[in-house]
Amino acid sequence: MNWWKWLCVVLLMYTVLGGLLFDVPRLGILNESIRNIHFHVPMWFGMIFLFGFSMWHSINYLRKGNPDSDSLAVESVNVGIVFGVAGLVTGMVWARYTWGDWWSGDPKQNASAIGMLIYLAYIVLRGSFDSADQRARICAVFNIFAFFLLIPLLFILPRLTDSLHPGNGGNPGFNSYDLDSRLRSVFYPAVVGWSLLGYWMTISAWRFKKVKQAFESWQIDQHA
Amino acid sequence: MINNLLWILAQAAQANIEMADALRADGKIYVVVAVVGLIVSLMILYLVRLDKKISLLEKEMSNRKLENQS
Repeated sequence: MNWWKWLCVVLLMYTVLGGLLFDVPRLGILNESIRNIHFHVPMWFGMIFLFGFSMWHSINYLRKGNPDSDSLAVESVNVGIVFGVAGLVTGMVWARYTWGDWWSGDPKQNASAIGMLIYLAYIVLRGSFDSADQRARICAVFNIFAFFLLIPLLFILPRLTDSLHPGNGGNPGFNSYDLDSRLRSVFYPAVVGWSLLGYWMTISAWRFKKVKQAFESWQIDQHA
Repeated sequence: MINNLLWILAQAAQANIEMADALRADGKIYVVVAVVGLIVSLMILYLVRLDKKISLLEKEMSNRKLENQS
């Protein structure tokens, strides 16, 4: 097993233990739910990491035309969507008990939902081509645009209006509660751990697809 | 002097904020930690086993391809 897989396991176990047990700042409204920063927030960081990884492979595909780059781009988008849905749903659970409703049309909620739809459109777009070469090229271009749409949607637009989301609503960057060293000592390892888990899932899915293709071409060779 | 007073006030305000102190005091929080820890470990174990199965398949496929070539 690769070293980074071990690192992922260690960081995730540390996140669970430290995230639930360590002392956290006492803040109104957030109360104990401040611990969501170690679980809900890394879903989004993991998603951004995976979509960024995907875009990097799409750029590489356009430069060199290696089909592996194209399939890595798809698999990271697939896992990224899983992370994004986890982020949205956990955010809704939190909003139900903090804001009073599952969905209150907060700019942060709306913008992240639009971001998810853009990536779902990528998956739908992939299914609408007959030629594999054409699919890979056009979807790679779409993927690059999608990433550069996602960044303003998640990080800029919610800050321009009044979002109730912690750390938003006119506040640039992180809020004072993020800067607390007690939170940081778990939050940063948590982000790395969850992102590595996403990377691991992506690589596994990609290897599975590759072995499946190898098997199919081997079968064709047997019949020939 | 004023700073000290403000600090004391801030501490008093923080103590009033409701946290799961009882859950921590009676030690039941460790039950939650054990449950979440188990779930995460089992999921990782599943991923590790899946990873090994894929590695085996990859080896098998490359062997078959070598046989076909020879």
